[in-house]
Amino acid sequence: MTTTALPLDVETLRKDFTILGRTVRDGKRLVYLDSGATSQRPRPVLDAERTFIETSNAAVHRGAHQLAEEADAAYEGARGKIADFVGVRANEIVFTKNATEGINLVAYAMSNASTAGPESERFRIGPGDEIVVTEMEHHANLVPWQQVAERTGATLRWFGVTDDGRLDLTGIDELINDRTKVVAFTHQSNVLGTVNPPAALVARAREVGALTVLDACQSVPHSPVDLRGLGVDYAVFSGHKMLGPSGVGVLYGRTELLSVMPPFLTGGSMIEMVHMARSTFAPPPQRFEAGVPMTSQAVGLGAAVDYLTAVGMDRVAEHEHRLTDAALRGLAELPGVRIVGPTPEGPTGTADRGSAVAFVVDGIHAHDVGQVLDDEGVAVRVGHHCAWPLHRRYGVPATVRATFYLYNDLDDVAALVAAVRTAQRFFGTV
Amino acid sequence: MRLDQMYQEIILDHYKRPHGRGLREPYGAEVHHVNPTCGDEVTLRVQLTGSGTEATVSDVSYDGQGCSISQAATSVLTDLVIGRTVGQAFGTMDSFVELMQGRGQVEPDEDVLADGIAFAGVAKYPARVKCALLGWMAFKDAVARANGSEDGS
Repeated sequence: MTTTALPLDVETLRKDFTILGRTVRDGKRLVYLDSGATSQRPRPVLDAERTFIETSNAAVHRGAHQLAEEADAAYEGARGKIADFVGVRANEIVFTKNATEGINLVAYAMSNASTAGPESERFRIGPGDEIVVTEMEHHANLVPWQQVAERTGATLRWFGVTDDGRLDLTGIDELINDRTKVVAFTHQSNVLGTVNPPAALVARAREVGALTVLDACQSVPHSPVDLRGLGVDYAVFSGHKMLGPSGVGVLYGRTELLSVMPPFLTGGSMIEMVHMARSTFAPPPQRFEAGVPMTSQAVGLGAAVDYLTAVGMDRVAEHEHRLTDAALRGLAELPGVRIVGPTPEGPTGTADRGSAVAFVVDGIHAHDVGQVLDDEGVAVRVGHHCAWPLHRRYGVPATVRATFYLYNDLDDVAALVAAVRTAQRFFGTV
Repeated sequence: MRLDQMYQEIILDHYKRPHGRGLREPYGAEVHHVNPTCGDEVTLRVQLTGSGTEATVSDVSYDGQGCSISQAATSVLTDLVIGRTVGQAFGTMDSFVELMQGRGQVEPDEDVLADGIAFAGVAKYPARVKCALLGWMAFKDAVARANGSEDGS
């Protein structure tokens, strides 16, 4: 691998994450390898939330007093930072509860388009129309589309995956066709680690006039992502997976789409004029932010973006790649351990691969492996990781998943590998 | 070591050499239960002789996939309920559920739970309690269905 920047100083950086200094299970060093589920938060993020609450807390977009002005500035300032971070305009960023809500917002807006005016024509979906997803989606980018299909009579179709854990784009021109209204896909699999090629899917979707929805939950926190450059119509990601607070997620939508898309949640804050019988709506992003929004969380996410920017997303990605490679190689040396996803020895290697390392251990259920790992202080996720169809595809009921982030180091990788070996000894499989 | 408290030899024995495993005929009801958080599954059949709480559990057979705790607990279940009346079996189930939900504070009664007492350590891990109860909840459901349909399936 080529080094483009100074490596991360993990030791210094870890001091910002108080929780990483604690011990678990009777004095074991915490080895946190579950950032794919939720990341830990550095002190500057907590400080930003606390400072906001202690100095400027107010309901945004409402008051005429000084606190409200300051709260507006902090909230909108965070929106601007986040927009810059992913290469888009501030008014293309909608704050949601989480990424799941972001996807549902688009999905429900499409359902609602059937009763909206002619400007919403392109969002309408019904019998004969098709929605395309992939077999590697997180349930958050699958179930909402199943529901749209059920509500509207549209047909759900999907790309399969290869044995090596890559998206199988064979038949893309048939699968994405003139009937396709939406192509929803993950940028980076939360199980396999696979990074998908948005360019191929976006190009084909544009040819047929379909909208693209990118699940960027596992890519934006871990690598530089330029959403405009990718050309997708919509994208979602969560705050809590990128060093930010929970309770805030982001939906990106291109201006020209958001400006004509019907709302999902309606009520206060999102209106232009309200009469007893009918109302008109505010321009985006306010149209999609009904009610008093999460505010300190948005401010915290802005601080998280500052933190990541200061570290450098190139360096984060490179650091994680090094750890992932070490983990894949370390686990490969253990007999009876099989990686579910691209490996260094596999036909497609580990280029375009993120830091989720999912694996099974012969003769030991993932839950039991996870229990032994926990006993050793190693926190991983076990189960299907909200990607049940993907596990079924690979013929495994559950996997153990380790995910790495900027605060992990090679000692953490070594602890993981050693703990898996301990599990094998404990259950007598080696 | 904490792990030894959870994974008692009895549990590992039942996991490696499960009792009553495999789906058998005849049966009065079959149910399929899953643990949605981890994907564990069990298909369980119950054959009753008679009806109501006085009915005898003449067979419980099952198949499934899951962790050692869920598989061993279902194996122990077959030991504890086959040949007993529904009323007795439900009494045992209540004791097992109480043990599992007791966060390690409940003293198990070996006369009632036999090998089931080995799960006392599991009760200290809230995330694993559902594993231990998967087969038992399936049994409860299957008995209700078998009792609800006079002639079974």
